[in-house]
Amino acid sequence: MFGLDAFHLARVQFAFTVMAHIIFPALSIGLASYLAVLEGMWLKTGSRVYLDLFKYWLKPFSLVFGMGVVSGLVMSYQFGTNWSVFADKAGPVIGPLMGYEVLSAFFLEAGFLGVMLFGQEKVGPTLHFIATCVVAFGTLLSAFWILSVNSWMQTPAGFTLDADGRMLPADWLAIIFNPSFPVRFPHMVLASYLSVAFVVGATGAWHLLHDRRNEAARTMFSMAMWMAALAAPAQILVGDAHGLNTLQHQPAKIAAMEGHYQPQDGAALILFGIPNNAAGRMDDEIAIPHLSGLILTHSWSGHTPGLSDFKPEDRPPVEILFWSFRLMVGLGTAMAALGLASLWLRWKRRLYDHTLLLRASVLMAPSGLIALLAGWVTTEVGRQPYTVYGVLRTAQSVSPIGAPGLGVSLAAFVVVYLLVFGAGVGLVLRLLADPPTPGEQGPSKLPQRVAGLMPGPVIAGE
Amino acid sequence: MDTASWDLPLIWAGLIAFAVLAYVVLDGFDLGVGILFGVERDPECRDVMVNSIAPVWDGNETWLVLGGGGLFAVFPLAYATILPALYPAMIGMLLALVFRGVAFEFRFRAETGWGRTAWDLSFLLGSTLAAFCQGLALGGLLQGIKVVDRGYAGGWWDWLTPFTLLCGVALVVGYALLGATWLIWRTEGALQHRCRRYARMLGVATLSLIAVVSLWTPFLHPRFTERWFGWPGIALTSPVPILVALLAWLGWRALRDSDSHIRPFACALGWFVLCFAGLGISMFPLMVPPDITIWDAAAPHDSQLFLLVGAGVLVPIILVYTATAYWVFRGKVKPGVHYH
Ligand code: HDD
Ligand code: HEM
Ligand code: HEM
Repeated sequence: MFGLDAFHLARVQFAFTVMAHIIFPALSIGLASYLAVLEGMWLKTGSRVYLDLFKYWLKPFSLVFGMGVVSGLVMSYQFGTNWSVFADKAGPVIGPLMGYEVLSAFFLEAGFLGVMLFGQEKVGPTLHFIATCVVAFGTLLSAFWILSVNSWMQTPAGFTLDADGRMLPADWLAIIFNPSFPVRFPHMVLASYLSVAFVVGATGAWHLLHDRRNEAARTMFSMAMWMAALAAPAQILVGDAHGLNTLQHQPAKIAAMEGHYQPQDGAALILFGIPNNAAGRMDDEIAIPHLSGLILTHSWSGHTPGLSDFKPEDRPPVEILFWSFRLMVGLGTAMAALGLASLWLRWKRRLYDHTLLLRASVLMAPSGLIALLAGWVTTEVGRQPYTVYGVLRTAQSVSPIGAPGLGVSLAAFVVVYLLVFGAGVGLVLRLLADPPTPGEQGPSKLPQRVAGLMPGPVIAGE
Repeated sequence: MDTASWDLPLIWAGLIAFAVLAYVVLDGFDLGVGILFGVERDPECRDVMVNSIAPVWDGNETWLVLGGGGLFAVFPLAYATILPALYPAMIGMLLALVFRGVAFEFRFRAETGWGRTAWDLSFLLGSTLAAFCQGLALGGLLQGIKVVDRGYAGGWWDWLTPFTLLCGVALVVGYALLGATWLIWRTEGALQHRCRRYARMLGVATLSLIAVVSLWTPFLHPRFTERWFGWPGIALTSPVPILVALLAWLGWRALRDSDSHIRPFACALGWFVLCFAGLGISMFPLMVPPDITIWDAAAPHDSQLFLLVGAGVLVPIILVYTATAYWVFRGKVKPGVHYH
């Protein structure tokens, strides 16, 4: 299909399914925490607006979560169907981590999700709040494990190789807390929170543009802007640490991200340019002298690597990395700018009626998700040509499956995902198009007490 | 503690078998409810059917993730050979589960009658296709997978035989029976009454299919024949059909007794457990017939031990809160009580 061989079809298929999947987990992680905060605020203050917001966001959350589950189910089998050699060789190390993810996180999420979505009439408010918190915790735990797996593939540690090239675990702590995990995990959690902050902020802004008095819209907009103002700058700091970490462990990736073909001292930060692989240089570049070296080494004329340090067959594809990285950083900067603007306007007491800020927020709705996808592309494409960096090449990881089968299944995935997730996203947008209203419909009742029972969790009648 | 002498692969094989069985009976009944959409047209009844499983289906499906993830973790060789060998069946199952999984939420949100019909249909077809593909996969595994040099070495369509097709049909019918008996337990009135009728027909069909598959399986490999009809295997195997017949009799009586609610479901579950035991008898100690045993497929000792510690702590906890979730949503599901 399209002249691609089985190997490339397997890659395209994996990349497509995983990128479709990650959109939903990012939203689930952020929304679950947001819902826990909303419910907690309601229980604490008794203010109706938090309950309305909780019910308002519970509906999109249930749709997003459902799509996350089914697309994730596909992922857990893709390692075997598409990357069976990788699964056999790396399985002894990363398999147990994913096993822990299932046992500790997925069951937790699934077990309490039913109560969270449908149980407000069946269990008391306290128990219901606990269920919400457990689901939120479960999503973070799941991110913990899967990011540990992914980080290990980037910066493998704590293992030995046997004669067949199989990876054997030697030190589990070194495997789980491998060198890039401590930066990748916070970076991803912040990315999820930012993605949700900008979706929530845009929804609030949209309804404020139509009705400045809508209490719930004001509250959600304000909460989202706090998140943007705090998390976006934090993300930049973590991102900087991430870059230093990558420089240390995957210098070829950094060289490609920066568009540096030659090693240099005091390298310039290239803002724009066209990678020219044939000539081994950037064309038409616009650059700020010394800045890249300064960011990466924190010294004026520090040394940074260039692609020419690496054999051609060990270099990741520059054209993709250079742009995906700029897209992520550009959007991150824009997010921080919006967050700071919101602080200023909040101080000026114009947060809810500054039309330009509201319009900009609506426009920024997908910015978090786009930056997140760009970030993953940077990370994963930059790991090429390896699946386990420096240990197992992608070309040696693939399953013995023919191109026709992969082509047909890829086409099926594309059609089904566009159809199903397209419809799902449409449903979510339709829900969000309705403004939140006081007395929002949802699966809830006020705290109930049944005479003769102890205070606390009260099981409402059958 | 000296763990070097523990037979970890054996323990893990038992745990994985447990996860798969848990999956089959739990997701079995909720896939079955979807399959019954084929005969149950009344919109109100359909809502009740979906609501009877909406709070628990996600947990049920997680056992499938554990089956797959567990295999990857502790029997990577099995994972890496079975999945490529059964590729089309697996992809078919996953895509079917995508359709069905989103239909739960989408059908309640659809605003047009047309949209609702479409999501109902995807619930029906997704459930049916997922069940059928699981049957194909089961049959494909049983009849054997060609492995050379730790990799799948067979062809694209090896898994497609009359035997696997039969297994596919058998699983669809069996899941539908589980679904019908689940609904007898969890609903009342006209719907419950109709489900008793469906269950009688499905029960007869399931029993016949069990008989055919059971008679066929021992002849797939000489090894299986020996196990079922040779001594001492026969001492272990002969009670299985007897117990199946006993449950059939009990279940039949329960279906005719309008005061019985949970009994038909319990009998159907019993059948599944027995069939699963029969499967275990045939396969043991193979993981991937005809050659790869549990021990061949096992991950290194350290990997298995590391996850076993977690499983030992977490699986009991999971069972407790899963049971609690079922308890919270116990009782008959009434029409008009919408969770959505
Ligand atoms: C940063 C977080 C993250 C990342 C990188 C991934 N996932 Fe995911 N996944 C989640 C975070 C998550 C989640 C938040 O836990 C989800 C999303 C919504 C949900 O239902 O749970 C989930 C759902 C989910 C499920 C369904 C769980 C269930 O039945 O409840 C499976 C099997 C996977 N994922 C597997 C994978 C695999 C094999 C990945 C790697 C390629 C992957 N996920 C990447
Ligand atoms: C969830 C967010 C993720 C995204 C968006 C993502 C993205 C991608 C992309 C775009 C590719 C294709 C790269 C290429 O072929 O040039 C890829 C490949 C791959 N990724 Fe990821 N990835 C994610 C998470 C993971 C995780 C958590 C793992 C491991 C557990 C993983 C394992 C792999 C493997 C095995 C490949 C195949 C080798 C390859 O073709 O690169 N990915 N991923
Ligand atoms: C603005 C400054 C930012 C910087 C300097 C930065 C830096 C980085 C770096 C260096 C990587 C790692 C590539 C690798 O070595 O594997 C990365 C990955 C990533 N980035 Fe960013 N980033 C920034 C903003 C953002 C924003 C705003 C988001 C999303 C909202 C985001 C989401 C991600 C994701 C999801 C990944 C892949 C997972 C990971 O490796 O952590 N980043 N980022």
